[in-house]
Amino acid sequence: MDWLKIGSAVLLIAMIVFMWPRMKHAIANSPKGNINDWMGYIVPMAAVVGFIILLINMV
Amino acid sequence: MNNPNISIGRSQESILATNKVLKNTYMLLSITLIFSAITAFIGMQMQIGQGIAMIATFGAIGLLWFVLPRTANSAAGIPVMFAFTGLIGLGMAPMIEMYLAVNPSVVSTALGGTGVIFLGLSGYALTTRKDFSFMGGFLMVGMIVVLVAALANIFLQMPVMSLVVSGAIVMLMSGLILYETSSIIHGGETNYIMAAASLFLSIINLFQALLHLLGAFGGDD
Repeated sequence: MDWLKIGSAVLLIAMIVFMWPRMKHAIANSPKGNINDWMGYIVPMAAVVGFIILLINMV
Repeated sequence: MNNPNISIGRSQESILATNKVLKNTYMLLSITLIFSAITAFIGMQMQIGQGIAMIATFGAIGLLWFVLPRTANSAAGIPVMFAFTGLIGLGMAPMIEMYLAVNPSVVSTALGGTGVIFLGLSGYALTTRKDFSFMGGFLMVGMIVVLVAALANIFLQMPVMSLVVSGAIVMLMSGLILYETSSIIHGGETNYIMAAASLFLSIINLFQALLHLLGAFGGDD
């Protein structure tokens, strides 16, 4: 294994360690969304997926 | 008894403050994106290696985690933000150079695609004024899962898994753009430097993931 992979692994582990307490805090304190809230996220995400498929076909 | 005049005055004050944060965020974001593109261009001209790019990325993350939160409330936050975005640009130089050498249209398509997705999602959050704060836990869990998958793939070396990770990053960064924009609109984020740093990271990650996806499906991976 070369040192670039080791560096990448160290960076990813550091990110996980750094984000872990933030994730626990976010899970505990985020308000719960209802079905309408989630639809407000799913609809633009579907548009993003469609747009990326279009870009892939363009390249 | 509540005085309606005071209430209207406060709400107008709050709207003005939100608009100011939004304006400053987008101004700083656009300037730092240009600055980052300049440092990436310099890095490509200097043909910096992967080692220097990794050191630059480590430096940028160090600034983001340890220096920016301490300086974001003062004027010192601006040069720190420029240093952070400059190092990120420098860190991306070898990767962009590699894609440019194989298929230059992939880079321009990823750049344009990132711009369209960012503007579209920001426009959606700004016009609908929906509150996406409920997505906080979901986005954080998603990011941890993606980081663990990316870490595992360093050892597993599975091309399909790397594409799945890139696809997940696109979805998560798109969600983060909605979440952060909604947070500014609803007064959750009042510091324009932190807001710009968060949006900057989402845009850069989105660009890198799109570059990877388009590069793979364009036939160069």
